[in-house]
Amino acid sequence: MIITLNWATLLLVIVTSTGLLLSRDWRWGLGLLAVQYLSIFWMVQAHWSIPMAAAKLVTGWMACAVLGIAQLRASKDGETEITWPHGRLFHVFAAGMVLAVTFALSLRVVNWLSLSLPVAWGGLLLIGLGLLHLGITSESFRVILGLLTVMTGFEILYAAVESSSLVAALLVVVNLGLAMAGAYFLNITQEKTS
Amino acid sequence: MSAPLLWIFLPLALAGLLMLLRNQKAVSLTACFFTLFLTIAAWLLPIDAPLTIGHWTFKLTPSFEILGRYLTLTSADRSLLALIYGSALFWFVPAASMQIAHRLIPLGLAFTSLLVAALAVVPFLYAALFIEMAVLLSLPLLSTPGQKPGKGLIRFLIFQTLAVPFILFSGWLLAGIGANPGNLSLVQQAAILLGLGFAFLLAIFPFYTWIPMLAEEAHPYAVGFMLWMLPTVTMFFGLGFLDRYTWLRDAPALGIILAAVGALMVITGGILSAFQNHLGRIMGYAAIVETGFSLLALSLGAKTGMSTFLLLFAPRVLCLGTWSLALSILRKHAPKLTLSEVKGLGHRLPFAASALILANLALAGMPLLAGFPAHQAVWEGLARSSLPLAFWVFIGSLGLFASAIRVLAALVMAPEGIHWEAHETQAQRSFLLVGFLALFLLGLFPQWTLPLWVKLPAIFEYLGQ
Repeated sequence: MIITLNWATLLLVIVTSTGLLLSRDWRWGLGLLAVQYLSIFWMVQAHWSIPMAAAKLVTGWMACAVLGIAQLRASKDGETEITWPHGRLFHVFAAGMVLAVTFALSLRVVNWLSLSLPVAWGGLLLIGLGLLHLGITSESFRVILGLLTVMTGFEILYAAVESSSLVAALLVVVNLGLAMAGAYFLNITQEKTS
Repeated sequence: MSAPLLWIFLPLALAGLLMLLRNQKAVSLTACFFTLFLTIAAWLLPIDAPLTIGHWTFKLTPSFEILGRYLTLTSADRSLLALIYGSALFWFVPAASMQIAHRLIPLGLAFTSLLVAALAVVPFLYAALFIEMAVLLSLPLLSTPGQKPGKGLIRFLIFQTLAVPFILFSGWLLAGIGANPGNLSLVQQAAILLGLGFAFLLAIFPFYTWIPMLAEEAHPYAVGFMLWMLPTVTMFFGLGFLDRYTWLRDAPALGIILAAVGALMVITGGILSAFQNHLGRIMGYAAIVETGFSLLALSLGAKTGMSTFLLLFAPRVLCLGTWSLALSILRKHAPKLTLSEVKGLGHRLPFAASALILANLALAGMPLLAGFPAHQAVWEGLARSSLPLAFWVFIGSLGLFASAIRVLAALVMAPEGIHWEAHETQAQRSFLLVGFLALFLLGLFPQWTLPLWVKLPAIFEYLGQ
């Protein structure tokens, strides 16, 4: 049962992280990120206690909320973000490449970190797609989404080797800090007038 | 009372309070006096030993527990604390004469206290997370209100954030090496992760591209402060790794790697600076060259390396401080800091122009100026091991020298009939005068700074010996 759920979670990670890469509307982006945090909760709880894993989920959703509110304030007309290159086909192809590379890597990481394959692949996939996201955009909101994705991928892998409460707390602060930085960037043009 | 409470949590709390204040003078005065107090306290107050003042006895305990881990500041850390808060004071005092004070001072104080927390946290690997928090806090300081964040700022955030996973994972691997020192593949993996982590964190070649970009976009004084504080603390964090892990310290390749990377930074940074048209970018490249010099100093080996490394700090803080102050003043009188826009500005701002040129020349290692003794020590040490390397490093410094000459030419180039007239405020003139007098004095009497650095190696158990 748990194995099946792990694979289902991996599927969710693939869908959400690829969707994040393809989506051009910020609402979709944040929705996918919020769902992504749900899968991260499941992957982290394999190594951490449920309350600590839940803290990650709540933090992720808080980050989504912060970014969502900032976006609402910044772009009332519902403008969309543009990334480079624009072609969705390119994004799908690049995501496929990352999927393949991270699968190959995860076979080694499984032994190295004593993780199950879907968890290791999920973590590496998030790091890979997050980096891809960072590589193809210079728009601050998308950069923050990319950084949050990289950090969550790392947190999945790191949870297997470190269970310190202080690290968990500091990572929470870093994640929220990234979201607040994103919110600040989105509303910075209004700072002077206010 | 515990030492972390005094040097980490109190400044952090005060920074929060200062952010609420609107009066710039009150913010500046409170922060300056408090930072001065912290510097003096670091210099005088013993940690973990009772101190009696009249009928009042108290003791600063070294540790503060937080979520099962500790923030620890021992007596050996006092000189480092004095250096960090002393240099923060050095930046905060002239900031009062500029409009940036209400942002720089509270955020700068919080930034500084988080960096101190990074050096105090046990296990020390968690420092990467504190540094990341400090970086996140510095974003409002480095952005321009009313303008979208520039590419430099975004890249700065990306690179600093990417450093965190590398450092934390390398820490886990290093712990594994401690248990199994013979595992060479583990050593290799840890070294690669650690190297990448520090390449991002310290903006080492080729990850330094954000520095000139940020120096072009952001307020020069804020950039100068950040380019001083962040690399300094990161370098001490990095030295902590060398001090703790014998295999890393004794690795034969370490000196070669440090020398190669350091030389690459000095050469590329120096040569590229000579071709820049933006004054802020030149300062950014000078900061890259300085990081390169620090790595070169460390490559010289145990005792010489450490003393030369420490010798570089005083001229660096002085030059970056004077340079960024001068740039901030020029920025108020020119729409942009490009060579074409500042043409002839030296006639209206002679103090700022002279201070800028002198700081640039000092970091290029010009004799009689503050940077020369430390740079000369690096050149001498390098020449002993590899003459071609010393030559190329000299070429890098020459690039920085060329940029100073170009800036000088632009600043004094004015149409006929324009008279020399100082438009700087009295306070600005005083700070700039102190700056360039100090640049000469440190060049002539470098030994005067020795008492400041003599106790600093004590923070390291092995490297300090």
